[in-house]
Amino acid sequence: MNAPVQNLIALEIDGKPVEVAPNTTVIEAANQIGIFIPHFCYHRKLSIAANCRMCLVQVEKAPKPLPACATPATPGMKVHTHSDYAVDAQKSVMEFLLINHPLDCPICDQGGECLLQDLAVGYGAGKSRYEEDKRVVPNKNLGPLISTDMTRCIHCTRCVRFGQEIAGRMELGMAGRGEHAEILTFVEKTVDAELSGNMIDLCPVGALTSKPFRYTARPWELSRRKSISPHCGFGSNLIVQVRSGRVMRVLPRENEEINECWLSDKERFSYEGLNSPERLTRPMIKDGGQWRECDWQQALGFVADKLKAIRAQHGAEQIAALASPHQTLEELHLLQKLLRGIGSGSIDHRLRQSDFSADASLQGVQWLGMKIADLSRLDRVLVIGSNLPKDHPLIAHRLRQAVKKGAAISVVNPFDDNWHMAMAHKVISAPHAMMAALSEIVVSSNKSANGQSSETAAKIAVSLKTGQHSAIFLGNLAQHHPHAAQLHWLAQQLAQTTGATLGFLGEAANSVGAYLAGATPFHRGARGLDAAAMLKNPRKAYLLLGSEIELDAYNPKLAMAAMQAAEFVVALSAYRHRATDYAHVMLPVAPFSETSGTFVNTEGRAQTFNGVVPPLGETRPAWKVLRVLGNLLGLDGFDYNSSEQVYAEMNVSWNLPMSLNNKLASAPARHAVKPDADRADAVAAKAGLQRVGDVPIYQSDPVVRRAVSLQLTHDAVVPVASINSPLYRRLQLAPGDQVKLRQEGAEIVLAVTVDDGLPNDTVRVATGHPMTGELGGAFDTIEIERAARVGDDAAMIQR
Amino acid sequence: MSDQTAKPEQIILAGLDGERTWRLADYDKRGGYAALRKILADKMTPDAVINEVKKSGLRGRGGAGFPTGLKWSFMPKHAGERYLVCNSDEGEPGTFKDRDIMRYNPHILIEGMAIAAYAMGIKVGYNYVHGEIWDVYQRMEDAIAEAREAGFLGDNILGSDFSFQLYNTHGYGAYICGEETALLESLEGKKGQPRFKPPFPATFGLYGKPTTINNTETFACVPWIIQHGGEHFLAIGRPNNGGTKIFSVSGHVTRPGNYEVPLGTPFAKLLDMAGGMRGGRPLKACIPGGSSMPVLPGEVMLQADMDYDSIAKAGSMLGSGAVIIMDDTVCMVRALERLSYFYYEESCGQCTPCREGTGWLYRVVHRIEHGQGRQADLDLLLSVAGNIQGRTICAFGDAAALPVKSFIQHFRAEFQHHIDHRECLVSHEVKAAA
Repeated sequence: MNAPVQNLIALEIDGKPVEVAPNTTVIEAANQIGIFIPHFCYHRKLSIAANCRMCLVQVEKAPKPLPACATPATPGMKVHTHSDYAVDAQKSVMEFLLINHPLDCPICDQGGECLLQDLAVGYGAGKSRYEEDKRVVPNKNLGPLISTDMTRCIHCTRCVRFGQEIAGRMELGMAGRGEHAEILTFVEKTVDAELSGNMIDLCPVGALTSKPFRYTARPWELSRRKSISPHCGFGSNLIVQVRSGRVMRVLPRENEEINECWLSDKERFSYEGLNSPERLTRPMIKDGGQWRECDWQQALGFVADKLKAIRAQHGAEQIAALASPHQTLEELHLLQKLLRGIGSGSIDHRLRQSDFSADASLQGVQWLGMKIADLSRLDRVLVIGSNLPKDHPLIAHRLRQAVKKGAAISVVNPFDDNWHMAMAHKVISAPHAMMAALSEIVVSSNKSANGQSSETAAKIAVSLKTGQHSAIFLGNLAQHHPHAAQLHWLAQQLAQTTGATLGFLGEAANSVGAYLAGATPFHRGARGLDAAAMLKNPRKAYLLLGSEIELDAYNPKLAMAAMQAAEFVVALSAYRHRATDYAHVMLPVAPFSETSGTFVNTEGRAQTFNGVVPPLGETRPAWKVLRVLGNLLGLDGFDYNSSEQVYAEMNVSWNLPMSLNNKLASAPARHAVKPDADRADAVAAKAGLQRVGDVPIYQSDPVVRRAVSLQLTHDAVVPVASINSPLYRRLQLAPGDQVKLRQEGAEIVLAVTVDDGLPNDTVRVATGHPMTGELGGAFDTIEIERAARVGDDAAMIQR
Repeated sequence: MSDQTAKPEQIILAGLDGERTWRLADYDKRGGYAALRKILADKMTPDAVINEVKKSGLRGRGGAGFPTGLKWSFMPKHAGERYLVCNSDEGEPGTFKDRDIMRYNPHILIEGMAIAAYAMGIKVGYNYVHGEIWDVYQRMEDAIAEAREAGFLGDNILGSDFSFQLYNTHGYGAYICGEETALLESLEGKKGQPRFKPPFPATFGLYGKPTTINNTETFACVPWIIQHGGEHFLAIGRPNNGGTKIFSVSGHVTRPGNYEVPLGTPFAKLLDMAGGMRGGRPLKACIPGGSSMPVLPGEVMLQADMDYDSIAKAGSMLGSGAVIIMDDTVCMVRALERLSYFYYEESCGQCTPCREGTGWLYRVVHRIEHGQGRQADLDLLLSVAGNIQGRTICAFGDAAALPVKSFIQHFRAEFQHHIDHRECLVSHEVKAAA
């Protein structure tokens, strides 16, 4: 909506008239008419600091030059940005900035993309009048992602403001006065925010640069290629910079409707995984227990023959496919088409899901329920079962901005992690008690319903009801939950009674796309086994597309058992992962950077991209592999020449908008939803301890697992068992103790830590991590006991 | 009484020659809290109080000289949270008046702040005391406790429906925290760095709420104004320069100290009050308003009167009223080196010209003083100072630049001598007399 004309402010900049909305600054007004005012500290997404003084301009009738970034446009104002008066001020600031700047551009990573370097060309002098010794500032260890050369810092405080305002925590600050002022962390701390890499982009000089990229290339040697992030469901737009067929780094591509100008660290630094030595580069067949490299013809011929044989011998339903939701729309479409062509409906991409009882009542594809941009406009939000800042760093950022504008965010969660934003209400309950907790909110929100509810539940209900734009989101944990359908149904009821919008936080890049492609067992009426059922009832043959099932499944133990028992496992993968233990054929397929394809993000936006580098070695795009396999299996309709043809066949633009629907037609069969029944359920579950198994941020997909720098961050530390103090005392643990964890007969030993944000009788142990891969279901019962101490043995010997 | 009040020589420091003058009992004996009682008893309207202050011509005593009544009238009238802040972060080199007000007459400040709070309808005030005078802070704490006990502060003051909570707080000695917005940041518990203005504290002050900030001495003038009338106060000084002013006289005088005199008192008379020049030596130079203000040659000063307009006409500013006296033993290069070092060390480092420029200025003056000066250095100093002045977030940049400009303007020959001869123009014999 345009502001009424009479509200506009008319002013003149460099003789050009411009009309701007009230509260527009001079620098923004100048931008509107294409006049560039030099600046360093100003950034349109950050608060105004006005500290660099580079944007000083001449304003008629003002007694001194004014900073354009902080000066509001006023009616009749006459601004000169390039007059002698203004340029004199700008040049003097540039001189001041340069006197203590090392001018080590030839060895500076920022060289070639440095704002100071660029502006110095226009405003700097050829020779400095400053002949004293320059300031030297010690470098800081900010962690494995950000490299520092603090002597280059010009104190613009963009990084500090980013931390406070966008990342939600002040991990950098400026300590010291005057010339001794320097940017640093709190004593011995590093920068750990999930969005920290953006500080590298924000830094206008070479003070903060990318540690993984350091000294590897010059910006002018790199080609800029557009791409889409393959990680969480957000669908950030990327610039992938490549040289000689190799991805050198990833930068954000601005898209106000999605990632704005930001990227999460996962999206920015995962590219290291693309160049991992673990990449699979040639097709391999296991021959007499030994892996043997072969050519594609041999490999695909072998796969086709084997699948045909299994179909003939055991029936098509003995062939199942487990696809990663990080694969492209085209790949998932061809996989399901191939499988259904063979005659099996057993395909699924919901590898971490454990409750499929809602499948029959799904009305469509589960999505965010709104546009991503609308997240910042919400004023009441309830998030159910989510590790939001880790699972969806940029959704967390959007909600953080909403909180700043007064939004109230509440959660129902099985732990109490810091989201780095003000929280309105929290219900922290064990996974088995989450349904009861949610029921209480439903009861509170519905006057006609009977039942008891806690004070917090009532507050959340009131909060949602009183909002202008309320939303309820089901996070990854709610989707993986053993009673996911019930949580879904309760959330839907709550949305109805409160007028809130119901949304799902898309776990993976193509969580929406995979439904659309039909990578589910219920596509177009044909029923097959879901992801859990095809592992519980082991199949003879499995096709794994991009999935490292030993890490990606809800129950890794069960998954491994099924794989190891299978007669034939084909792993289409970019990496040599544990499939080398259980697979019979390994086919190197391209990661997102080496293929064209489409991801449909959580807001239902289909984003098609091209490959940015040629496939590594003998790697081939999976859509081509599946196309040829379709031909070899004698299936019809596998004659594509491009991924675009696959895409066209899917008629996405027609199907997608109609498909997005979060509604369940009826209550899931397994649960007659009555609060009392939920409580009974909860009590029943109380017999043992329940595991809370969330996926660590840097274990969520195969690429990020191999991003070496991310694996050095605090978020990637070795998993520990977290328990609350009552349980810690009950187990008679002491500092330094380790614990034995047991699920379904398997046992691992981990360090233990106390987290009093955890509810009673829960043990939080990460899933999706190689060190916990022996364990069972992420939210199943678990046993814990103190592991033998070193001293125990010694005592034994003494006796 | 009325004869005495018609034209007193002193308002704030009057009657402080007794014992334990800082106690409430002594203040009471001197007629203390009469103004506050009068306002509450007469149910004077807040606007009437502000009008009285406007009539008095009282100008801010912290340095800028902004009309106090006008500043008070900027405070929005709405009912929400608003704050009153006293800037007792007296850090300007040469200035030591506020500490003596608080040390010897703390209740006059408390009464002044209570009246100001009444006039602007403010319920909460803070007195921000400089961080290096702990004894004074402690004394203010005792005084506030006394005042609260006696019903001059707190809820329903003197049985009226006027309530005002006043708290002391202290910094840690950073000069920049005397800048009012840096003071607010510090008061909020953050690093003391000036804010960009606008918005001004009157609309966006402490915790983002409308805030009025005045200097200690300014508040201390208020009780007298209310009790005796704005016109009387104005009549003490000169038109546009009403009332008395405390001058902190330091340097080469016989009796350095605080002298409260009516504005417009001739400088020569003030110098006499301070016992004249130490050892009868000639007056070489004087900084009349604290170290941030331009220096003036002695002969110019001897013709000037001590009020805002007269000093401005002479080419400097009255500032905080710190009168730094220098006799002929002073090397002006060395004096400037010391001042530049101060600004170099105290710059907050937030904005570029000040952070980088103050160090540059100091280094160049330093090398001139130490016989390393170059011919181009004086022009360089003037250029760098000019590039700082008017281009920074707060007035600190100007404060660092003005001494450099004025020292070179008035004593260029001395600087030139240092550069040409690598030694001081002031002879060793003269220096030895210091």
